[in-house]
Amino acid sequence: MIASHLPVLLIIVPLLGAVLAALSRHGFVAWLVALLASAATMAVAFALLWRVQAEGLISYRIGGWAPELGIEYRIDAVSAFIVVLVSAIAFLTMIYARRSVLAEISAERVAWFYTMLLLCVAGLLGIAATGDAFNAFVFLEVSSLATYTLIALGRDRRALVAAYQYLIVGTIGATLYVIGVGLIYLSTGTLNIGLIVERLASLQGSRALTVAEAFIVVGIALKLALFPLHAWLPNAYAYAPSAATVLLASTATKVAVYLLARYLFTVFGGDIDVGAIPISAILIGLSVAAMFIPSAAAIFQNDVKRILALSSVGQIGYITLGLALANQTGLTGGLLHLFNHALMKGAAFMAIGAVVYRAGTARLDDLSGIGRTMPWTVAALTIAGLALIGVPGTSGFVSKYYLILGALEAGLGWLAILIVASSLLAVLYVGRIVEVVWFREPAAVARECREAPLELLLPMWILAGATIWFGIDAEWPVGLAASAARVLLGGAP
Amino acid sequence: MRFDIVLRVATKFILAPLLLFALYVQFHGDYGPGGGFQAGVIAAAAVILYGLIVGLAPVQRLVPMGLLEVMIPGGVLIYMAVGIASFFLGDNFLDYDHLAHDAVHGQEWGVFLVEIGVFVTVSSTMVAIFYAFAGRGRS
Amino acid sequence: MTAHFSQSATILLMVAGLYIVIARGNMVKKLIGLSMFQSSVYLLYILPGKLIGGTAPILGAGYSVYANPLPHVLILTAIVVGVATLALGLTLVVRIKEAFGTIEEDEIAGDMRSDGSKPGRGRKSA
Repeated sequence: MIASHLPVLLIIVPLLGAVLAALSRHGFVAWLVALLASAATMAVAFALLWRVQAEGLISYRIGGWAPELGIEYRIDAVSAFIVVLVSAIAFLTMIYARRSVLAEISAERVAWFYTMLLLCVAGLLGIAATGDAFNAFVFLEVSSLATYTLIALGRDRRALVAAYQYLIVGTIGATLYVIGVGLIYLSTGTLNIGLIVERLASLQGSRALTVAEAFIVVGIALKLALFPLHAWLPNAYAYAPSAATVLLASTATKVAVYLLARYLFTVFGGDIDVGAIPISAILIGLSVAAMFIPSAAAIFQNDVKRILALSSVGQIGYITLGLALANQTGLTGGLLHLFNHALMKGAAFMAIGAVVYRAGTARLDDLSGIGRTMPWTVAALTIAGLALIGVPGTSGFVSKYYLILGALEAGLGWLAILIVASSLLAVLYVGRIVEVVWFREPAAVARECREAPLELLLPMWILAGATIWFGIDAEWPVGLAASAARVLLGGAP
Repeated sequence: MRFDIVLRVATKFILAPLLLFALYVQFHGDYGPGGGFQAGVIAAAAVILYGLIVGLAPVQRLVPMGLLEVMIPGGVLIYMAVGIASFFLGDNFLDYDHLAHDAVHGQEWGVFLVEIGVFVTVSSTMVAIFYAFAGRGRS
Repeated sequence: MTAHFSQSATILLMVAGLYIVIARGNMVKKLIGLSMFQSSVYLLYILPGKLIGGTAPILGAGYSVYANPLPHVLILTAIVVGVATLALGLTLVVRIKEAFGTIEEDEIAGDMRSDGSKPGRGRKSA
């Protein structure tokens, strides 16, 4: 019975968990519910991946309605790839969250925190699972509303302003997206992505579609923090509670990338330049700008969370670059970097969250020499940092290697040089953190710290270990990313 | 405002019909415009009106915050329970065809039950929003 | 202009709402602009669903022309999302007012910079 309902269980399980966590109103019970729900979700996600690899596209009709009338869930290789990533990160975040949340959030709000965390996961998984353009908007807003609340739960008063700014920008982004969807709906009379693709074939060159694509791309670009539209991100990541930052940094922008890829490739076809707008050229330009400018800004920050947040904006540049190259190798590289970046940024934010847990601050000045008292935590941070640079032996190297191959394949040799050059900026900001935490004399704060508890170290090291593992034996993620890229470029699922 | 005789008396006359109207909209949703969402807002409006007239403390004795915190997820739970019940009847999520002896009655029952969940969540959410803003800066 | 009156109204709402969000520094006014911006989407979806002479999409003898119910359903969902966003936004503004004592963005930006330069942590008022 369960096997045939897998696509919808992906959303029901975390949603049910959220409801039960809210009903429990007790911090520990809510955490237990969240842990079990996210473990079950992960199991469902892996089962889906396995079935997609065996059978191809899985379609599920909510309420038994035909796709013309109702909502259809479509899981293909791309959705399964994203769903596995999001649910695995969510599960690790739940392990990490208990101690971290107890330290950062007042007791009566803990149950609500887990409710919001699960709602956010449900929304993100929903975006990946649904085959309905409007339903994707609803899930986008479910996850976003939960995200705003999560950020506002940060203990610093600036968290409120960060949440407010993200709310404004995020709502504008989602509204632009839904305007684009509306224009498509007016042109095609359907919201089902599969049917839209069929009906768009006869509408090539329509001006409404060009406008729709522009609205959708700009709307999603706001959500994924593409370079000039990223202003909300550093504050949001820096002031949110540590556990929330881990989840957001590893999953939220990644799912937005998925949505962008879905529209650029599946809906608007492999040739992503629609009408008069040279989207791929614009996307390459913005991606390169993202690789350099926020990374350069990261070098001058003093708060480690902000450094990592700005680095996220830069790393998203590599991912969108992969989309813009629009060839098999480049797209594989982009999707692979999406996967690897989720792991390394998850590990990095978990590590800095553990530092905040012990030291109470993420300011670089206060953290000098903390590597001597918290060696395991700082080692995980260092591994994640090396992966951000793209050092051979870490997963970051593999994905950048594919991106460079993709750039060469597209005949853009200068782009390959820029990818390498931009990594030097990562050397600078990662090097600065490494120098301060390992090689300086321990400051007063650092001397008083102890190693982080095992509950925080375990998920952190699973991610850090995966970063190294997938740097040496990259077969599994590369296989997933390559089959997802094949599906996006119009091959068999 | 709470000592204004006109408002107090007028509210007394309005409250009961308002709640009744909410129920009408709820149950007539099967045949005409209406449903749990609209009914929930109307019912919440009755509670909020009462709160505006008598003040926050008396209305919170009537509809305590603790009750709302159970009702908000509770309504979603009802909705999901109906959807999950379809699993056990061999249908897809939220497919009500087998909830009764034939598909039409099944759909009617399904929508009816789901709308109750919607009513519970929407009405309690609206009242909770009112409490959150009205209670700010006093406690 | 009159031929496309409803579309013009949609675009006017859209642009005016977005302009308010960008140009105003007052956080409540920004939220009002945001709501206007979202309202334009409601119009965009609803308008083509309405047929001249069409009734509500309820079965009844003697009616054959009716409005498309799907956009209404979609927009009911979008309105709920809009209400939730507005409520959450206003809640944040109330909390910001309590924490910073102002809801003007430029004044708060100054406060945030001074927060960043001092090492202390924790919110002044919860």
